[in-house]
Amino acid sequence: MIAEAGHFALVLALAAALVQAGLPMLGAGRNNATLMALAKPAAAAQTFLVSFAFGALTYAFVVSDFSLAVVAQNSNTAMPMLYKVSGVWGNHEGSMLLWVLILAVFGFAVALFGGNLPPAFRARVLSIQAMVSIGFYLFLLLTSNPFARIYPPPLDGRDLNPLLQDPGLAFHPPMLYLGYVGFSMAFSFAIAALIEGRVDAAWARWVRPWTLAAWAFLTGGIALGSWWAYYELGWGGWWYWDPVENASFMPWLAGTALLHSAVVVEKRDALKGWTVFLAIVTFSLSLLGTFLVRSGVLTSVHAFATDPKRGVFILLLLVIVTGGSLALFAARGGKLADGGLFQPVSREGALLLNNLIMAAAAGAVLLGTLYPLFVDAVGAGKISVGPPFFNAVFIPLMVPMIVAMAAGPLLGWKRADLWPALQRLWGAAAIAVAVGVLALWLMGTKEPLGALGMTLAAWLSIGTAVEWSERIKLFRAPLPETLDRLRRLPRASLGMTLAHLGLALAIAGMAGSAWKTETVRTMNPGETATAGGFEIVFQGAEETQGPNYTAVRGRFALKRQGRDIAVMTPEKRTYSVQGMPTTEAAIRSNLLGDLYIVIGDREGDKGAYTVRLYYNPLVAWMWLGTLVMIAGGALSMSDRRYRVGVPRARRPATAKG
Amino acid sequence: MKSGLKPKHRRLVFVVVAMLILAAAAGLILSALKENIVFFYSPSDIAAKPPTAERRIRVGGLVEADSVEKPGGGVVRFRITDTAASVPVVFRGILPDLFREGQGVIAEGKFADGVFAASEVLAKHDETYMPREVVDALKKTGQWKPDEKAKGSAK
Repeated sequence: MIAEAGHFALVLALAAALVQAGLPMLGAGRNNATLMALAKPAAAAQTFLVSFAFGALTYAFVVSDFSLAVVAQNSNTAMPMLYKVSGVWGNHEGSMLLWVLILAVFGFAVALFGGNLPPAFRARVLSIQAMVSIGFYLFLLLTSNPFARIYPPPLDGRDLNPLLQDPGLAFHPPMLYLGYVGFSMAFSFAIAALIEGRVDAAWARWVRPWTLAAWAFLTGGIALGSWWAYYELGWGGWWYWDPVENASFMPWLAGTALLHSAVVVEKRDALKGWTVFLAIVTFSLSLLGTFLVRSGVLTSVHAFATDPKRGVFILLLLVIVTGGSLALFAARGGKLADGGLFQPVSREGALLLNNLIMAAAAGAVLLGTLYPLFVDAVGAGKISVGPPFFNAVFIPLMVPMIVAMAAGPLLGWKRADLWPALQRLWGAAAIAVAVGVLALWLMGTKEPLGALGMTLAAWLSIGTAVEWSERIKLFRAPLPETLDRLRRLPRASLGMTLAHLGLALAIAGMAGSAWKTETVRTMNPGETATAGGFEIVFQGAEETQGPNYTAVRGRFALKRQGRDIAVMTPEKRTYSVQGMPTTEAAIRSNLLGDLYIVIGDREGDKGAYTVRLYYNPLVAWMWLGTLVMIAGGALSMSDRRYRVGVPRARRPATAKG
Repeated sequence: MKSGLKPKHRRLVFVVVAMLILAAAAGLILSALKENIVFFYSPSDIAAKPPTAERRIRVGGLVEADSVEKPGGGVVRFRITDTAASVPVVFRGILPDLFREGQGVIAEGKFADGVFAASEVLAKHDETYMPREVVDALKKTGQWKPDEKAKGSAK
């Protein structure tokens, strides 16, 4: 019964979305306040209904109602509760339901907190938000009904894919979706602005917190996914340029560009057309990501929906949304006259440079991801484009950007001199070069990319610190003045400093991977191997039993210079229901590096096992870096300038963000 | 620079910089594509037209039944088949969790002296999942049985 109610609520949510999409837009055009005012209750109704549907599905998972097809195929009574709940979005139908739920909630937030937006504008934003929702409701109801029943219901479910039974992955999809869908806000605001033909500082101040939120969530989602791949897949790496990883990375690149160009709109009233264009592109890339993941056109870990009908539907949706909005942009974009002019060497110029490089990088990733599909479609054979391609394109693009990134914040708005800015960075440059030389000296010249990465990380972190200390006149003014300046520093500016520092940390972590070592060998009980300066003694393996799996658990004693340090226990699990094996690597992590042990198959009958040992230097810095980046985004979002309703008239003289 | 550039020149600078970045990106992409594309071969393709030893390729098909040998030292030998032809593969390392005889698999590496030396073996993470390339290769030889898969998911 509850499932049918959920299904019915989903149909009603579609009806509410239809009302929300049609009437307020009409009202905004005719200046009819009654019609415009419908947007808010419609958004509330839609959110309530889709939440109910989501609740109904969650309930079915929690009580293991196997008469629902998705529950029967993705859950099991023996599963821990956490995974029963995360199983709701661990499948195609449920994850799409989560997607529309988040979309509706974001729309409702505008209705709720957008009281100070001009009424016509708010009505249009809500209407566009609902139009996107309609597409996804239709997708769910027509091709991927989460409430479909099966008869007869099985006695027990087929279990969630064991790889998804992991705390990291339980939260990866919701985070990622909050990011993807969060960019729908920037999109709706951009389209509404195109319809009205007006983009100004107030618009940018509205778009920025939403974009920041989406960006922070997406950063977290990508990092969680990468972290999961690192410890769960047992390959010792954290990024594979897998099409699905790329699918989430492209909106991130475009969203990062959007974040920076919105600053220029806000402070300087320039780059409006470009910013609107980026907003459209970012959300389109989010949709493309959904299409790539959900359609099964790509060979990937994530491709669980291989029904061609679904792929065509999402592709159609993508074409309508992207095509329609780009057509609107072509027709109206030219009318968005820029106010503030600026010289090439200026803060705006630096932000534009960031934008151009980010856009080029996103384009390169897009090309590399879609090229195999294209080649296949024209019948020119099957190819794959792997990490070597992406590294060869991506790294050279990022190097100049990171070099410029330290100098950009030191440039003034409108017109600046490069020379004084560079003069203030000579210390950073000297230290960066020293770090690079030190890295070469310590680690050898075989992996010059590692040293390059460390140089860039040092340059960016110190450059960012220099900019921050200049702002508060550290050591230049008396301490009380410095503290006073620190207190008055806008949170958006602190957020920028943190986010840039976070990136520097993450770059150091990525650079560390250049020096990773990998050993594959057969180990008999009692044998010793070495990795990362540790002696690792294999003490044998034993069978163990988990709640819904059995496992072979290896015991490895970790020693350094004969002293016992720890015992590590990697497992190879077999999940009973699906009979599927998974690898549970044992990882010992600290700031210097991770020791990573994977146990493989048994060899011979004397208890020998194939063992894979990695030493991955500095990996932890990457996770720390992303956390700092997210903290920077959150801090920036909390800036009160974004909360104080309708912004006052623009004051260029004080625009020193 | 103190007086700033005239608007016309300013625009020129922006356009030139944008073009430079675009050209650099395009150049990087083209050169990287030329060097780093990996072609997919089915065992029949290899039998018909063996690739050169320098070229990295992917081979996909089913792991032939009773072909997996572990001579020790972490070395694994097996054959990949599309039922019309098969290729011997040698791989050193830990096989993916889902590697099994009769299962779809993709190996990446180089083909030399009649043996495919794999540096990577991919078996995807779902027991009912079959890599698309493998499906197409099997369809070509008429060995694709979609009903088997349907049986798996309707259980």
